[in-house]
Amino acid sequence: MFESLTDKLGQALRNLRGVGKLSDENMADALKEVRTALLSADVHFKVAREFTERVQAQCVGQEVTKSVTPGQQVVKIIHDELVRLLGEGTTQLSGARPLKIMMVGLHGSGKTTSTAKLGKLLKKRGYRPLVAACDVYRPAAIDQLEILARQEELGFYADRNSKDVPAIGVAALTAAQTATADCIIFDTAGRLQIDADLIEEVKKLRARVQPDEVLLVVDGALGQEAVNVAKTFHDALSLTGLILTKLDGDARGGAALSIKSITGVPIKFVGTGEKTGDFEVFHPDRLASRILGMGDVVSLVEKA
Amino acid sequence: MFGLFKKFKEGFSKTVSSIAAKTRGLFGGRKIDAASLGELEEALYTADFGVETTTEILAEIKKAYGKDKDLQGRQAAEIGAAVLRRVLAGSEGTLEGAALRGEGTPSTLNALRGERSAPELADGAAEKKPIVIAMIGVNGSGKTTTAAKLGWKLKQDGRTVTLAACDTFRAAAVEQLKSWAQRLDLEIVASHTGADSAAVAFDGWQAAKARERDYLIIDTAGRLHTKSNLMEELAKIRRVLQKHDPSAPQHRWLVVDGSLGSNSIEQAKVFHQHFGLTGLVVTKLDGTSRGGALVGIYRQLKVPIYFLGLGEQPEDLQPFSIENYAKAVFGLDS
Ligand SMILES: Nc1nc2c(ncn2[C@@H]2O[C@H](COP(=O)(O)OP(=O)(O)OP(=O)(O)O)[C@@H](O)[C@H]2O)c(=O)[nH]1
Ligand SMILES: Nc1nc2c(ncn2[C@@H]2O[C@H](COP(=O)(O)OP(=O)(O)OP(=O)(O)O)[C@@H](O)[C@H]2O)c(=O)[nH]1
Ligand SMILES: [Mg+2]
Ligand SMILES: [Mg+2]
Repeated sequence: MFESLTDKLGQALRNLRGVGKLSDENMADALKEVRTALLSADVHFKVAREFTERVQAQCVGQEVTKSVTPGQQVVKIIHDELVRLLGEGTTQLSGARPLKIMMVGLHGSGKTTSTAKLGKLLKKRGYRPLVAACDVYRPAAIDQLEILARQEELGFYADRNSKDVPAIGVAALTAAQTATADCIIFDTAGRLQIDADLIEEVKKLRARVQPDEVLLVVDGALGQEAVNVAKTFHDALSLTGLILTKLDGDARGGAALSIKSITGVPIKFVGTGEKTGDFEVFHPDRLASRILGMGDVVSLVEKA
Repeated sequence: MFGLFKKFKEGFSKTVSSIAAKTRGLFGGRKIDAASLGELEEALYTADFGVETTTEILAEIKKAYGKDKDLQGRQAAEIGAAVLRRVLAGSEGTLEGAALRGEGTPSTLNALRGERSAPELADGAAEKKPIVIAMIGVNGSGKTTTAAKLGWKLKQDGRTVTLAACDTFRAAAVEQLKSWAQRLDLEIVASHTGADSAAVAFDGWQAAKARERDYLIIDTAGRLHTKSNLMEELAKIRRVLQKHDPSAPQHRWLVVDGSLGSNSIEQAKVFHQHFGLTGLVVTKLDGTSRGGALVGIYRQLKVPIYFLGLGEQPEDLQPFSIENYAKAVFGLDS
């Protein structure tokens, strides 16, 4: 596993200790280890390859710092590059008022829970949020959102007699206006990126309500499919951000790197538990360390 | 057999076409070369097979290629499928048995109980009713939906079923299962959010027993394997059931989201340590993911795979077949 990446890199680069520079040749084995490590963190195959190539370019020619092992130094270079990539873009939400946010994603990724979490967070920031139930398929999806809305004292809109999702969205805007809400979050049904009908539905919803933010909610443990998912949702909906959920587990979250590389869309929030308070603004350095399965090495190298 | 494969393949068609598209050139009539080996490696990784299985399949194909430079794509695919068959040998959960395909032979009940010899059936069945199947797993994996689908499948097959809504934690989890029960006309025992989940399991068992139901299907709350207090709650459900029947729950199934990557192996390991898994259900394989993580889980734990979830409708729960899976993954037709 990846805990040993530093060791493995250390081994691969052993004969480099105290010698001079990192070069193409002495890096080859080390980069193979890096690639394997990224793959076992669920980073997409192609993304892992591109990333490794870029890191190689950065490593070559660098002097090996005397006080750390070359393995640690390479890890630091990788880590910094990861932080840079993951951290591109802003975690800020649009400043529009009313602020309209749409949540989309695969089944069970955490959209409904994150809708309530985000509502709670924005309420704390001074908004008057209303959450709109646009999942007309999953049994009790509307109840779930309603219970959470009541619990967090958020405005709530649903139409239990309608299956017309775009129309529900529009009605929710009117309801929000009446209730003087200045932030509307649309919870949508889970859908596969290859389900053309449901993608069409959510595109129509987007066209009708004109959201300022379209956030893709992704399970932090998602595998290689992340790339297909991100590509299709982004093409169909022009995503403005990502929410990475269930990071209270021990998944390494490599899918986030894949999605970031494919779409360029910023990661804005992370979910860290089932409770509505378990929600944080995204920190790229934490996720980078997580993907690499370590933390100390970086600070160690930093001090050196 | 062909009919079953066809049905499986339909459900799995997007999966098949997506991997087959990637490897068409490779698995067609074309000869293998360095470039196509690279493509193959990519196809295997992107199926979430992970480092171990990918390396193994690649090594075998490379070995064959070393012996025969004229190796064709189709042969490479056969080798890949053979590796999967070998790695997955013994992984078919016996629920796949005849009754669930509508033939209703007694051996299904036997198989369900993990007793394979037919003669014990008649007595055992009366004595050990209800057979308890507990659905466990991380958040959002598909437990509630699978509980409903399975209840429906068993009912179609002429069995009597009670559902127990033991997720008393998540908002509207009880309503979700109730709504399924109503839609599929299944019997359900439920309490309210915040109730003691073990108490609901206890009530469910008593109701199923009193009404002489064949099965009790227990839906539990999603929990990440990293949370030991929540794992303890599962143990409590088990202890309470065992007051009634020391062998309950006879089936302890981990419901795994098939679109997840390597973490599902870690999940399975920890759930297995805490709860002694007897089976797996892999869901959401109607997407483009190939569910390769199931291979990794089986390699590690040797827990049989009973069903694949191929959609959100009741009929979208299909028995796992090694043959169909291996063929589907490599785009081989029967
Ligand atoms: N541990 C943990 N669980 C989470 C987190 N976010 C959501 N969940 C849980 O994940 C499960 C699915 O969450 P939902 O909000 O229902 O997911 P969804 O995307 O709305 O699901 P569908 O509407 O069915 O597509 C629930 O059990 C949530 O409690 C998180 O950050 N950590
Ligand atoms: N496409 C597809 N969706 C599925 C499948 N199985 C379940 N789902 C969907 O996945 C989402 C989560 O399913 P649930 O059954 O609520 O999952 P759960 O494990 O009970 O979730 P928690 O109780 O919150 O932990 C729902 O939207 C289901 O409709 C499947 O095989 N294919
Ligand atoms: Mg939802
Ligand atoms: Mg559930």
